[in-house]
Amino acid sequence: MKIDNVPLDLLIPNMLSATVYVIQIFILTILLSIPLGFLVALARRSRFKLISVPTRIYQLVFRGTPLMLQLIFFMYGPYYIFGFSFDRFTACIIAFTINYAAYFGEIFRGGIASIPKGQYEAAKVLGYTKLQTFMRIVLPQVIKNVIPATGNELMTLVKDTSLAQVISIPELFRVATNAGSKYFSTVPIVIAAVFYLVMNTVVEFAFKWIEKKFDYYRN
Amino acid sequence: MLLKAENLQKQFGNTIVLKDISLEVNEGEVVAIIGPSGSGKSTLLRCLTQLEKVDKGRINVCGKQMVETIQNKAVYADYKTLHDIILDVGLVFQNFNLFPHYSVLKNIVDAQMNVLGIAKDKAKSKAMELLTKMNLKDRAGAYPCELSGGQQQRIAIARALALNPRILFFDEPTSALDPELTGEILKVIRSLAEEKMTMVIVTHEMSFAKDVADRVIFMDAGVIVEEGTPDAVFSNTINQRTKDFLQRFSQE
Repeated sequence: MKIDNVPLDLLIPNMLSATVYVIQIFILTILLSIPLGFLVALARRSRFKLISVPTRIYQLVFRGTPLMLQLIFFMYGPYYIFGFSFDRFTACIIAFTINYAAYFGEIFRGGIASIPKGQYEAAKVLGYTKLQTFMRIVLPQVIKNVIPATGNELMTLVKDTSLAQVISIPELFRVATNAGSKYFSTVPIVIAAVFYLVMNTVVEFAFKWIEKKFDYYRN
Repeated sequence: MLLKAENLQKQFGNTIVLKDISLEVNEGEVVAIIGPSGSGKSTLLRCLTQLEKVDKGRINVCGKQMVETIQNKAVYADYKTLHDIILDVGLVFQNFNLFPHYSVLKNIVDAQMNVLGIAKDKAKSKAMELLTKMNLKDRAGAYPCELSGGQQQRIAIARALALNPRILFFDEPTSALDPELTGEILKVIRSLAEEKMTMVIVTHEMSFAKDVADRVIFMDAGVIVEEGTPDAVFSNTINQRTKDFLQRFSQE
């Protein structure tokens, strides 16, 4: 079947397998950058300047420069600095993880800061240890607070996977643009748009569902 | 004597909040602390419950030394002692500070289980017993956001009582409530007084202080200006500053 001279029966399977890259980058980045983001948030809140200041600089650098540039840096930089290279996919995951952890760090830091002082005080007077206070009282409330912002970030992540093309990862957008120039058609791009939209609809519904799960109380 | 504080001093930056406060509380006694805003009442309470650290002075709670002053500096006890002391006291806040993500029952059960290590069944039956006492048995499954302020404060009192404190502190427990709900909290505190619970209550409810307290302390500008039985402080006021304060209150 063809539209605008584009053989869909050939293109769609290609795009589906390219979508596997999108999903892989998406899931690995979530699994790695969310825990790392929590550490970043805690480091930012540290009383020790030796910890909080470098963390802040890291966040500034990785939020302040393009992810595309960071991908290129982790792909080609190590060779010039240390004389070795990561393989493409590893470099890609490292760049995404470090970039997104900087953003998550900021979201989680705000989430932790939004917990009223009274919660810590009540926990302290009841005899909870610092660790118990964080794990039992603070963290569950932080999670609820950061769900909307995290959902937003993950929708951006789905779209940001298209940047991986700069280090030649054969992900969805690269396959679509290649096909577009091959067949002189915008049809592959439109199909890619539908793919991204479908994935983000899933993310959006998932987060609405999670938000609802946490709806049983208000702060 | 359950609580003995001597010569407490506390400064926030350049502001002296507590000048030289000494205070004793005996077992079964109800002490009301009154005074204008900014007089240091709440800070005193917060120092006694370890939410603030004093700059100088000595505090002894239930025979355990919490802080003493060595070479002009406050030296606090080790972590273990401080933790033990915390378990001897309970504090009820002005704005309740219930844990919003826990149900009413869990608010009361959680610390029993995770701080005192009490088994779930026992913690639960203790919680239900307290809820019955607070007349809130049917709200065990509710979340704090579903309750009125007065109900929330009663849960907060139950939560504090669940750990069997020897002294219960109240930091303006009715200030965040409208007058209609104030009564239900005062009723609970009154019934605790009848059970000979040792309590220190910072309050703006003068008639309540007069009614329920064994001893009234009037604080102003970081010092205890006047102290005595409710009768002595309210009816035979000696100090002019106290007189002015009480007069303004009775006018309202």
